[in-house]
Amino acid sequence: MSGDAQKPVLEVRDLTVDLPSGADRPHAVEKVSFTVNPGEIVCLVGESGSGKSVIAFTVMGLLAKALKPTAGQILLQGEDVLQASEARLRELRCTRMSMIFQEPMTALNPVMTCGEQIDEVLATHTQLDASARRAKILAILERVKLPEPERIYASYPHQLSGGQRQRIMIAMALVLDPVLLIADEPTTALDVTTQAEILKLIAELQGTQGTGVLFITHDFGVVAEIAHRVAVLRWGQLVEFGTTEQILSRPQEGYTKMLISSVPSIHPRHREERREGKTVLRTSKLGKTYSSSAFFQATRVVKAAVDVDIDIRAGETLGIVGESGSGKSTVARCIARLIDPTEGKIYLGDTEIAAMPPRQLRPHRRRVQIVFQDPYRSMNPRMTVGDTIIEGPMNFGLGREEALKRARILMETVRLDPNSLDRYPHQFSGGQRQRICIARALAMEPDLLIADEAVSALDVSVQKQVLELLDEIRQRLNLAVLFITHDLRVAAQICDFVAVMSKGRVVEYGPATQVFENPQDDYTKALFAAAPGRHWEFGSFAA
Amino acid sequence: MSVVTEEVVDSASIAAASTRRRPLWQVALRNPNVIVGGVILLIMITIAALAPLLGTIDPTRIDPASRNKKPGTEITMRMDDGTTQKRIAHFGTDSLGRDVYSRVIYGTRVSLLVGVAVALISVAVGTVVGLISGYVRWLDGIIMRIMDGLMAIPGILLAIALVSIWRAGLVTVIFAIVVPDVPRVVRLVRSIVLTVREEPYVEGAISVGTPTWILMFRHILPNTVAPLIVQGTFLAAAAILVEAALSFLGIGIPPETPSWGNIMAEGRTLFRVFPHNILYPGIFLALTVLAINIMGDGLRDTLDPKMSKKV
Amino acid sequence: MLDFIIRRVIAIVPVLTVVAVFIFLMLRLTPGDPAAVIAGDNATSDQIDDIRRKLGLDEPIWTQFAIWITDILQGKFGESFFFKKTVAELIAQRIEPTLALATCTLIFAVCVSVPIGVLAAYKQGSMFDRAVMAFAVLGFSVPGFVIGYCLIYVFAIELGWLPVQGYTRIGVDFWKFLERMVLPSLTLSVGFVALISRITRASVLEVLNEDYIRTARAKGLSNRVVLMKHALRNAAVPILTVIGIGIAVLMGGAVVTESVFGLPGLGRLTVEAVLSRDFPTIQTVILMFSVVYVVINLIIDISYTIFDPRIRY
Repeated sequence: MSGDAQKPVLEVRDLTVDLPSGADRPHAVEKVSFTVNPGEIVCLVGESGSGKSVIAFTVMGLLAKALKPTAGQILLQGEDVLQASEARLRELRCTRMSMIFQEPMTALNPVMTCGEQIDEVLATHTQLDASARRAKILAILERVKLPEPERIYASYPHQLSGGQRQRIMIAMALVLDPVLLIADEPTTALDVTTQAEILKLIAELQGTQGTGVLFITHDFGVVAEIAHRVAVLRWGQLVEFGTTEQILSRPQEGYTKMLISSVPSIHPRHREERREGKTVLRTSKLGKTYSSSAFFQATRVVKAAVDVDIDIRAGETLGIVGESGSGKSTVARCIARLIDPTEGKIYLGDTEIAAMPPRQLRPHRRRVQIVFQDPYRSMNPRMTVGDTIIEGPMNFGLGREEALKRARILMETVRLDPNSLDRYPHQFSGGQRQRICIARALAMEPDLLIADEAVSALDVSVQKQVLELLDEIRQRLNLAVLFITHDLRVAAQICDFVAVMSKGRVVEYGPATQVFENPQDDYTKALFAAAPGRHWEFGSFAA
Repeated sequence: MSVVTEEVVDSASIAAASTRRRPLWQVALRNPNVIVGGVILLIMITIAALAPLLGTIDPTRIDPASRNKKPGTEITMRMDDGTTQKRIAHFGTDSLGRDVYSRVIYGTRVSLLVGVAVALISVAVGTVVGLISGYVRWLDGIIMRIMDGLMAIPGILLAIALVSIWRAGLVTVIFAIVVPDVPRVVRLVRSIVLTVREEPYVEGAISVGTPTWILMFRHILPNTVAPLIVQGTFLAAAAILVEAALSFLGIGIPPETPSWGNIMAEGRTLFRVFPHNILYPGIFLALTVLAINIMGDGLRDTLDPKMSKKV
Repeated sequence: MLDFIIRRVIAIVPVLTVVAVFIFLMLRLTPGDPAAVIAGDNATSDQIDDIRRKLGLDEPIWTQFAIWITDILQGKFGESFFFKKTVAELIAQRIEPTLALATCTLIFAVCVSVPIGVLAAYKQGSMFDRAVMAFAVLGFSVPGFVIGYCLIYVFAIELGWLPVQGYTRIGVDFWKFLERMVLPSLTLSVGFVALISRITRASVLEVLNEDYIRTARAKGLSNRVVLMKHALRNAAVPILTVIGIGIAVLMGGAVVTESVFGLPGLGRLTVEAVLSRDFPTIQTVILMFSVVYVVINLIIDISYTIFDPRIRY
């Protein structure tokens, strides 16, 4: 190993990776250069399509066959891995460079115990005998703070939680003390509290071992939390590279400024409290219980939502925030009557709809409209967006011409070209599709608009635009909005009121400013404390 | 062994977005397998349609004077009006003196008819039952138990059992092959319905108040078209093979109607000496089924890429 | 675990019930008088009456089914019209060749098809892969009896290496038995090999795209270890499923193959029974094949737990 601590563990010089012909651009990565020093965390940050993951995979030599590195060097402690043979690369993996991935749920082999999977690393790269290997594995399991290492050793991945699996991945990656750890969005699939723990663990381990970390993320909160230096990428090119302080507080390039300005603040905007609109929606002891039974099996009961009491007035946005499995989407889907609630009441204006049979429900359907998370699956790919938007009004008796006329106006409302009504959904980007979905919802002239994680799949710059659009529409049409999200920053910016859900129950409910600035419930406190980069106020820069 | 990163997929899909959606048949016709299989199949269809014009004689004409002739033998036919006529028996004759060439050419009709009929009927019946099963919750359990039961009886044996009850013939054979095929279509359609109805766009349509039957025809049923075309193709190929097997065993199409299977059945006893009775219909049979299967593979790759990953 | 097995066993009861009802109804719901159908075209009315009485066709249909199913459950399968024996005896007599043929085919086909499927997946796009895929399509397309006759023609008639047809009991002369098993097993294997090699290739290819394969490679494991240790075991469940489904193909194929090679097995018995309209025999044989098929698939279902720890309860 090199004696000089200042010599970078990883040096990427003018790296260019070609895309297969026929793609929208010739290079996935173009002339990118940066370094990672020992004991340093370098974040590669960028929106989708920026080429950040491609760089990570190129370093590991795990690139898809269709992608070819065509120029530049990748020096791992001075050795060019682009020139290394397949056998040499295998030797380097896990001994000098390791990688952890985004999806802990699928990154581990489901048919082998966790212990066996770590053992494979040692058996491949060391001469240790079985008992020495076992001791080493138990030690590393302890170091990544997994409880009961013996039990974990013998567990299969499906018996562990997402956070535990990611710890196994980290243990596997660090068991041989590599000089470089590559982390490809390792916390994106995790809940915010788990994410905080994993980030803390990575920072701790690399600090004590002096490991260099190349951390890929799209989340500026995470960047603010752990990075020493940051490289901003866009369309395969390096936009800006500098210390975290430099990049976040004094960005030089327009693109970086725009990105950072788009990051929603965790501190809620102060809005005047009106509470004067009439109540559009009120739920009373709303609950949804799933039960499954089979032969010779105890009936399983899952209480997805319990005793949910919320209300929304016209012109207000109520946010429901919570981690996965908290029941926030269940509540939204019950209110939209996409699923049938099992307990409680839902008042839409003065009408109770919780137990209304489908035939009577139909006229009320138009009053509640919903925008879904996944912009790629929310519209029938076989229908033009025009047909998608007018489907609802025509169901309620509007003529085609009239409906199309209204659709053109709506397209302008959501700032899309009205002449593109005869196009198909796949001809639009993710953000555009979400706008179309909003137009479809508005075409029904609803009283209540539900946005179920509607901006979660979007890049931060697009997210900002859609959020602004939603807020503007709410004001203009005096709509009631129910906004479901796991993203605290987004909730802080758009909500007037917030309900925090955990395990099917609303644990805290009140005006956004109050809940965010002075949380009362222990769970809410823990949740907010876990938000990455909460101490960093992202500035607003003129691009 | 490829590691496809999401970013690459995304940029590729953006590139694809600039092109217009093509109709299914246009996509399919760009696949070489579809073209090769389709051309062979087209030739077979032409043969079936033009059978009387292809130098054939009455395939049921028995001629005791020219029994068991090897391929290429010149035979003299005594016509009804007393005149004689010479012709070359390209594929030889069978033990009753019938012209194997004519029988094989006419046999094309039975095979293609069985293939097409079985595919169409199974797909039609299976789609209706599958839709009901996927949409009417309380019927689902009952229908699927019945389908499971039918699928537990090995297909050919079920067909054999069914032909044993009715009088042997084309309709019986088609019916007997359809029965074991229906559950497969039902399961396919049902699984598509159950998957698609969970799609956000279907939920979106529900929330704008789309009535159930429109939902079914506009949003759900179109998703079954491509998989059903593919499935139908494979069912047709399998049906032709089963018909041939039944006829070969002597329990399918009776010998008055020439079919490739019963020509081979006829040739079994004297196989050691006159293998042509099995060889020629065998080649036609294998070629036809091969063509359909190749076409099916091509269709699956182009129309139903998700399924092509599975099988 | 025991709990799981018991639940799986109970789950096949409705399936078998449907099978039994279907097989029972098949004859009763024929157009016309079932007794006349059974007796055939040349029967006298006395014969028809006799058959009607024997089958209890005068009773209401529920009673008939109750009697029939009770008999079946007690192992009383009735008497064959044609062979003048009890069906149970008949089956006992004919079971050996079929069992032998199925076993030989299964062993041979699995031993050949799984390795070539794995190799084809590993070398996706290579000449070998294309050859395997081409063979698979061909194997699906050429009917068993044509393959059988081709093999007989080449190996038995032209080359004279193996006997043309017939069967020697395993207890009589093992080597002769084996000699006579070669061609039939090969014939029956073709379709089976095509099916399994194709599904093996597809499953392994799918598994190779999984995230955990990427993890395994990131660990620095060699391609061989990744393939054999990580990919194949994960692909085992779909492969086993198809082997289970393939048993039905095997049974159907046995009927044809036994006819081609003159093996006195259950397949031939089925055809003979159909030709002589021997309904008690047909019903019993079909029922038996179905039960065997369901039970084999049940065993496969339970065996999934060995390969995949997630499948439990």
